[in-house]
Amino acid sequence: MILNLTQAAEIDDPSMVDEEEVRRSPFWDWDFAFDAFPDIFMAFLEVTLLVTVIGSLLAAVLGLVIAILIMVLPKPLAWLVRWVANFIRMTPIVVQLIFVFWAFVWMDALTIGIIVFGVHYATYMSEVYRAGIESVPRGQWEATTALSMSAGRTWRKVVIPQALRSTVPSLGNYAISMFKDTPFLLVIGVAEMVTVAGERGAPVFRTTEVYTIAGLLFLAASYPTAVLINRLEKRLAYAH
Amino acid sequence: MPTPTDAAGSEPGAAASSAPTPVIEFVDVEKSFGNNVVLKDLNFQVARGERVTLIGPSGSGKTTILRLVMTLEELTGGYIYIDGQPLTHHKRDGKRVPVSKKEQKRLRTRIGMVFQQFNLFPNMTVLENIIEAPIHVLGRSKKDAIAKAHSLLEQVGLPEKADSHPSSLSGGQQQRVAIARALAMDPEILLLDEVTSALDPEVVDDVLNILREVADTTNVTMLIVTHEMGFARDVSHKVMMFDGGHVVEEGPPDKIFTNPEQERTRKFLSAVLGH
Repeated sequence: MILNLTQAAEIDDPSMVDEEEVRRSPFWDWDFAFDAFPDIFMAFLEVTLLVTVIGSLLAAVLGLVIAILIMVLPKPLAWLVRWVANFIRMTPIVVQLIFVFWAFVWMDALTIGIIVFGVHYATYMSEVYRAGIESVPRGQWEATTALSMSAGRTWRKVVIPQALRSTVPSLGNYAISMFKDTPFLLVIGVAEMVTVAGERGAPVFRTTEVYTIAGLLFLAASYPTAVLINRLEKRLAYAH
Repeated sequence: MPTPTDAAGSEPGAAASSAPTPVIEFVDVEKSFGNNVVLKDLNFQVARGERVTLIGPSGSGKTTILRLVMTLEELTGGYIYIDGQPLTHHKRDGKRVPVSKKEQKRLRTRIGMVFQQFNLFPNMTVLENIIEAPIHVLGRSKKDAIAKAHSLLEQVGLPEKADSHPSSLSGGQQQRVAIARALAMDPEILLLDEVTSALDPEVVDDVLNILREVADTTNVTMLIVTHEMGFARDVSHKVMMFDGGHVVEEGPPDKIFTNPEQERTRKFLSAVLGH
């Protein structure tokens, strides 16, 4: 609070910013946009993209592990895993970020961000996998029994490949959701792209350029990802 | 004393009598789904190399018998022995004690099954479907498994389909691949569960002819559920008529099909044969 007041006072100081010039300046200032772009882009690469890529991979792997555990563990243990997953899924990611940040105060905030995003989305992805696994016809399981296939090969060679086919679009959508949730990293002090954009714009009262850049960078990453998911989905479909 | 090879070449009915250890034995078998009792006090034996067809109205428990042998259903009472060894439970001090998973799996590798709905793995090619279990369950070399797969595909009349995916095959072709897949495991016992029921009428004979050839050229014990009475008559040594979870009547196919003793059998046959 005190810090904010101080900042406000600094900015109000006419010697820092020429209010008159700010008011008269055009809606879009190309010079400022080019000036701010490198910082925003670096934050995009170093934080936003990093958290999304590693977080999604973590979520995809952990989500599958959770889904399989719930199916193969003895009842009480499976119930416990399901309950923990439900708990994580039903609480806001912002609360989880803050909680883990203070509970593991010695850990690097960026690492915490990746883990929390990964685990949070794993609980969503586990439901996608569950639906995918349940969509594998019973006859497929019966054929693996009739051939005496081991549990490991049944999962790896028959069930998971067929389950994944129907899960790819949903998993991809959750990865994109995660990507768009990364600004929440603000609450644990990680300077991701939107925070950096705000920090570049605020001192000069220019918000249009920085947030437009941030928005376009989000779009520039989301759109190709969506296209990629679409391709992958088609590739996983069986030859007809 | 009959040797294992006796039954295959012999006339149907010949092997039914006095084999030393039955390859399949049901003792007081009971199967219920919840409160619904499907099989009760079921006792029968199948000798090595014998081919037994189960007939009867739907819901009479025929398919359940096959599924119990394949361990696809949990046995709720009694005992099933494969080569004299307990498949699911053994009797100890008058109590049913489950056999170990390992032991069950060891016995199960001797049993193969062909399903009504084929159940090929759609994410694998035809060849991959056939070689998966021989390599990873029986521990055969990839080279041997592939060679055997090709000869089996030849046998079922699909030598050019090794690299196709099941979805590109017709139902009849898929079922022939499924037969090759089951035979690739060199089963002692082959379970055929209404293998032609999901097929177009014009391809039914293709599939049945392949199975006739398997019956003629190998010593595999077969337990068959089918509505194809002509096929049942051709290949079986014994026919068992089921109704309501009980064996109504059993005997050599000539007797059952031409001169059944029970009114129930007669009624059923006239319904399915359409006269």
